[in-house]
Amino acid sequence: MRVMAQMAMVMNLDKCIGCHTCSVTCKQAWTNRSGTEYVWFNNVETRPGQGYPRTYEDQETWKGGWQLNRRGRLTLKGGGRLRKLLTIFSNPKMPSIQDYYEPWTYDYSTLTDAPAQEHTPVARPKSLISGQDMKVTWSANWDDDLGGSAATAERDPILKKVGDKVRFEFEQTFMFYLPRICEHCLNPSCAASCPSGAIYKRSEDGIVLVDQDRCRGWRMCISGCPYKKVYFNHRTGKAEKCTFCFPRVEVGLPTVCSETCVGRLRYIGLVLYDADKVLEAASTTDEQGLYEAQREVFLDPSDPAVRREAERAGIPHDWVEAAQRSPVYALINRYKVALPLHPEYRTMPMVWYIPPLSPVVDVIKETGEDPEDRGNLFAAIDALRIPIEYLAELFTAGDVAPVDLVLRKLAAMRSYMRDINLGRDPDPTIPQAVGMSEEELYDMFRLLALAKYDERYVIPPAHAEQAHSLEELATECSLDYEGGPGMGGSGPFGEGSGGTTPIAVENFHMLQDRQTADTAAAPAGKGARVNLLNWDGRGAPSGLFPPKPDDSESEADQR
Amino acid sequence: MNEILWVVFPYICLTVFVVGHFWRYRYDKFGWTTRSSQLYEDRLLRWGSPLFHFGILAVFLGHVMGLGIPKSWTEAVGISEGLYHFLAVSIGAIAGFGTVVGLAILIYRRRTVGPVFSATTRMDKVMYLFLATVIVLGLVNTVVANIFGHYDYRDGVSVWFRGIFRFDLHPELMAEAPLSFQLHGLAAIALFALWPFTRLVHVFSAPVGYLTRPYIVYRSRDDRIASHSPRRGWEDDR
Ligand code: SF4
Ligand code: SF4
Repeated sequence: MRVMAQMAMVMNLDKCIGCHTCSVTCKQAWTNRSGTEYVWFNNVETRPGQGYPRTYEDQETWKGGWQLNRRGRLTLKGGGRLRKLLTIFSNPKMPSIQDYYEPWTYDYSTLTDAPAQEHTPVARPKSLISGQDMKVTWSANWDDDLGGSAATAERDPILKKVGDKVRFEFEQTFMFYLPRICEHCLNPSCAASCPSGAIYKRSEDGIVLVDQDRCRGWRMCISGCPYKKVYFNHRTGKAEKCTFCFPRVEVGLPTVCSETCVGRLRYIGLVLYDADKVLEAASTTDEQGLYEAQREVFLDPSDPAVRREAERAGIPHDWVEAAQRSPVYALINRYKVALPLHPEYRTMPMVWYIPPLSPVVDVIKETGEDPEDRGNLFAAIDALRIPIEYLAELFTAGDVAPVDLVLRKLAAMRSYMRDINLGRDPDPTIPQAVGMSEEELYDMFRLLALAKYDERYVIPPAHAEQAHSLEELATECSLDYEGGPGMGGSGPFGEGSGGTTPIAVENFHMLQDRQTADTAAAPAGKGARVNLLNWDGRGAPSGLFPPKPDDSESEADQR
Repeated sequence: MNEILWVVFPYICLTVFVVGHFWRYRYDKFGWTTRSSQLYEDRLLRWGSPLFHFGILAVFLGHVMGLGIPKSWTEAVGISEGLYHFLAVSIGAIAGFGTVVGLAILIYRRRTVGPVFSATTRMDKVMYLFLATVIVLGLVNTVVANIFGHYDYRDGVSVWFRGIFRFDLHPELMAEAPLSFQLHGLAAIALFALWPFTRLVHVFSAPVGYLTRPYIVYRSRDDRIASHSPRRGWEDDR
């Protein structure tokens, strides 16, 4: 047994209202720079829908992730090492900007600068890639809320799998949102595909990062990741990906997307796992067995043997304790309501999802029946073949049974708690019907429905003895480094050359630039953005809104 | 004059090449990349880039053979003058032709595809100019000089070239060579001086280590490149 710790996330899809706050705040914090206009470390997809980039889940086309070869050994689906090197000059599987979308801005200044004229001036869309006028035809969320889905939804690779009988007619639609970040996989195929070895998994908390100084722009990670969560910064020529907001997590704060989530549906916590079993689990022959196999890789942090091994592996004591209180472990292994996204890619993803009951509830509501009645809910779960098979294609490689069970648990929680809320006697047969005790069901309710801040996020900070290298904890002024805050703008060899800018310095510049710039969307440089990275979620981050004319100071003080 | 062109100039350029790379690696690891433009366009790139790169790799090997290995060695292992000549011209012409076609596609793409053109730096343009000159002159040497003229570079240019590493240059050997060889040489030497300041540095990060390293890289938080950069020596507190 080789115990390792992993920072992981669970999202409760029933609560997602598709507001995109998470995407926007993430973008403000991390990718609001030129070169990353099209990069969404966090994106929210409407399902059914094609996703972002378009049809990324169709691995027969994109060849991301792992597969078993004829001898049953785990290999990269996009080809082995030699093949990677031979196709390095032109990666045949890399999505082009058209598969994402061509980012644009509007020529706003004509609205105010145009001379007096008969017709109202128009702000034309301008491509942020070529600077030319462009026709906007797609974006990261073009099919949001099923917009235009009658025409495009049949291209959804998951809908195709569910069966060609599905006709996308209005009466049959169901819909839910799927927020996605990098999965920080236990067996990351992005890292395995990187010829330079620049992508690494941090041994302390399992966060997968790209070393910007080592990345040479070979682009293999972009096609290697089946979730298409590594992006190519077209200005710096380097790969970038979700960082799990490591500077925040290291000091015990949740990620920006979680902190700002309107539905409060994200859970962050530690999971302990046995690193020796990862390869074996990822090589499980039966795709539908991968969910169970991955669950078995996780170790029970309250088991004394595990705790002993964890200590031997150098995992600090408070981390093991945090793992015991981890909401993620509870949702995955205790209540067993969280499921991995696309386990069949064999990367062992570590952002799990509680599938939504809402497609089922919606149908019952439409019929006018009581959507909180156990009988109605269970009957509907049995009857609604298409949404449930669809969920199964997302979360269990098509195996309906686990999804079915999770939905029953959610339905049971709904009707059991309704009795309590209405002051009736709770019905103990409800938890029994889904194999849970009354207490367990109540605890699950507490975690899912009340979802207190300190129960949603159990994040032990990184250790003081390691703090020296952690920039956010640096005791010296972080702006005081060689080259000083004179940084920003382009180096001599193109955007971004000339050394990485410390995060604190970049924050300093972005605030300054934002306050002094006269254009909002100028792709002028990496300076022009508001910093949400160390915003605590209270009040408005400085720089987000322009300063008010006069008494803004005193007003802010009163608040 | 010959001394300046064929002794001083090459050594200055080679010094710039070596010191320049050292400096760039030390101070600009972040800028050390291929600066790939595949994201913008890949229909032309799919043909142009492999043609050019595989071609230039073959050309490089050809130069190692032709410039690096003395004539006496190949003769000692029984490769006759005629056979060597035939191999060099035929393989060289094919590789050179592939390279030139690839380069032409890539330059055409760079000029005509809007986003690619706007991502082109001034340094790129200078580099393309020199690279294209060197390659075209090289192909001219292979085809024209070998078929129409009878200059045996293995008795001239190659001997001069090996002299670089022994610090024993004979500039007269270059001065006697046909003009196209001289120009090819000068352009190449200048390209070497430009090299460290262009995207060509990516040649030195050819990822051969990938063939042997384990698939998943683990690194401890301690040895990551902290975003807080190290202090100057005497203040280094780590
Ligand atoms: S989801 Fe993240 S960790 Fe997993 S393969 Fe993709 S980029 Fe790598
Ligand atoms: S902020 Fe929360 S509720 Fe809104 S889209 Fe993101 S995950 Fe869903």
